[in-house]
Amino acid sequence: MDPILEVAELKTWFFAKDSTVKAVDGVSFSIMQGETFGLVGESGCGKSATCRSILRLVHEPGRIVSGSITYKGQDLVKLSEEGMRKIRGKEIGMIFQEPMTALNPVLKIKEQIFESFEGMRMSTAQKYERAIELLRIIGIPTPEVRIEEYAHQFSGGMRQRAMIAIALAAQPKLLLADEPTTALDVTIQDQIIKLINSLKTRLGMSVLLVTHDLGVVSQMCDRVAVMYAGFIMELADTITLFSEPRHPYTYGLISSLPSGKERGARLEPIQGAPPDLGSLGPGCPFAPRCRFVGELCTRTMPEMREVSPGHMSRCHYIEKMAGIKGLIEPEGRAS
Amino acid sequence: MEQLNYILKRTLQIIPVLFFVTILIFVMMRLIPGDPASVMLGDKATPELLKQVQARMGLDKPYLVQYLIFLRNLLSFDFGNSLLYVVPVSQLLAKRIVVTLTLTIMAAIFVIVISFPLGYLAGRKKDRLPDQIIRTSALVALSMPQFWLGILCLLLFGLKLRWFPVGGWGSDWGEHLRSLVLPAFTEALATSALMIRNLRNNVVDVARSDYVDFARSKGLKESVVRSRHIVRNALISTVTLLALRIGGMLGGAVIIETVFALPGVGSLMVQSVFSRDYSVVQAVVFMFASLVLVVNLITDVSYSFLDPRVKLE
Repeated sequence: MDPILEVAELKTWFFAKDSTVKAVDGVSFSIMQGETFGLVGESGCGKSATCRSILRLVHEPGRIVSGSITYKGQDLVKLSEEGMRKIRGKEIGMIFQEPMTALNPVLKIKEQIFESFEGMRMSTAQKYERAIELLRIIGIPTPEVRIEEYAHQFSGGMRQRAMIAIALAAQPKLLLADEPTTALDVTIQDQIIKLINSLKTRLGMSVLLVTHDLGVVSQMCDRVAVMYAGFIMELADTITLFSEPRHPYTYGLISSLPSGKERGARLEPIQGAPPDLGSLGPGCPFAPRCRFVGELCTRTMPEMREVSPGHMSRCHYIEKMAGIKGLIEPEGRAS
Repeated sequence: MEQLNYILKRTLQIIPVLFFVTILIFVMMRLIPGDPASVMLGDKATPELLKQVQARMGLDKPYLVQYLIFLRNLLSFDFGNSLLYVVPVSQLLAKRIVVTLTLTIMAAIFVIVISFPLGYLAGRKKDRLPDQIIRTSALVALSMPQFWLGILCLLLFGLKLRWFPVGGWGSDWGEHLRSLVLPAFTEALATSALMIRNLRNNVVDVARSDYVDFARSKGLKESVVRSRHIVRNALISTVTLLALRIGGMLGGAVIIETVFALPGVGSLMVQSVFSRDYSVVQAVVFMFASLVLVVNLITDVSYSFLDPRVKLE
């Protein structure tokens, strides 16, 4: 399968007065045609900045410093603003975490869907018909009524659906989903996950899913990259990641999940807190919190190494972790 | 329908407020020592003459009776006669209100022309040089007393450069408008500064909001993102502020008209206070109060049109 998007050595830094926050510091991954690729990590690990960099929606004082993002043979980092505009919406769409703030409060849903058709040769009647159809597909009841309403008249789940409808109106080939379920309660979360999964197959899209929720990852993603402090720490297909984690951070994340197998078992949190991205030392950023830490870790940054084909880990002591089991058996599905 | 109900309800609420205003002006005017008769006749008037004039002006009646007469006349929209000029107050006002309203409208236009582009520019260039220059200038403009600024403008543009007349109102509309430029500008400057600061902060907030990013992620032209998403949302509270400030600018006319010798309602009021022309002062204050109340009502109603989230209840 061919990659639809290739990110190589991407660096997105934020330039504050007295320090430079390296939110994304040399991230590389590719998303295959028709695949859902997950970016997981704690808040502030750079996953959202990576996602926003792809559409070049990074705010001041942030800037893409170097690296390339290749989509259909074009480097989006070097593309003109006008060229980028043609990519946005039509080729790559994006949905945001909080639909209440991502929908314009003073424009009707109709106007916001119509905007997605801008630049296409469509009459108003065609736009209207297409918009109604979209809302129906997305699962909004009585779309003829709802389309005339404003975002504040929608419930949280409906708002998220409306936002997905707007993002998908121009039929992008790749959908960037920045924490699409975080602001929703659990039952609605499940509906939205199923909706995105079904739309993906129906429209033949690829999806980049940014989330901190490993449960969502297990339900949606084919492959996952785990990010920490601006770096990708481990990259593998979802089953491998959950069954044979080969990075201490991934292992920590998985161990902190409730397994549901043993009654009364305690959750194991990762000790400590994420580091300040403005003042990282030369070593591995996870070292202070790592239970496998060795003397190399504080001195040099480990390189990405292949554990098995398609499974990469950024750790000096991958060998120490051999034989460690994750949440599931290698052949099973995530629970 | 809901909106109509709301407007009706708010209009009815204005009545008790205005009633309270009548008491306030009546009492305050009587608290100033000296009455119109003694001011008119001067120190050398005989007590007999004073009594005679007071009786003619109706000032010999008890205060309560005087107040009730004032109130009764008000209900039939009759402001009575000016005690000094002996013409109906409404006739005096009619001529002068044109000056004050034109001044206020011109000032409002100046405010929009000055503050909208500058506020937007400062917001988009946050913390960079244009923003710093605009912000500092706004602070200077805001801290200058209006009468002093008016005198400075007069000295520079009136006396030195002779671009605009030093005072007065002229005899045709061309001259009228020309003579209003300096006072309207003086009037507009402080309000502009206030609006620039408000709009700048709104633009900064809106420009970094998710819905602007979302709009951009649809591949919209930058000009569309700017006009439909950034400017429109940023203007909501700025327009409301402008509407409220227009009420304030009406009051500011009292100073401006005196500095620029304009025959408006404001300068009429100042003169009338000095000559203790009770009925004129009462009429002018009453009119100002009504105007401010109406402007506030229009502001609240227009807010619901600008922002669909606001419900009139």
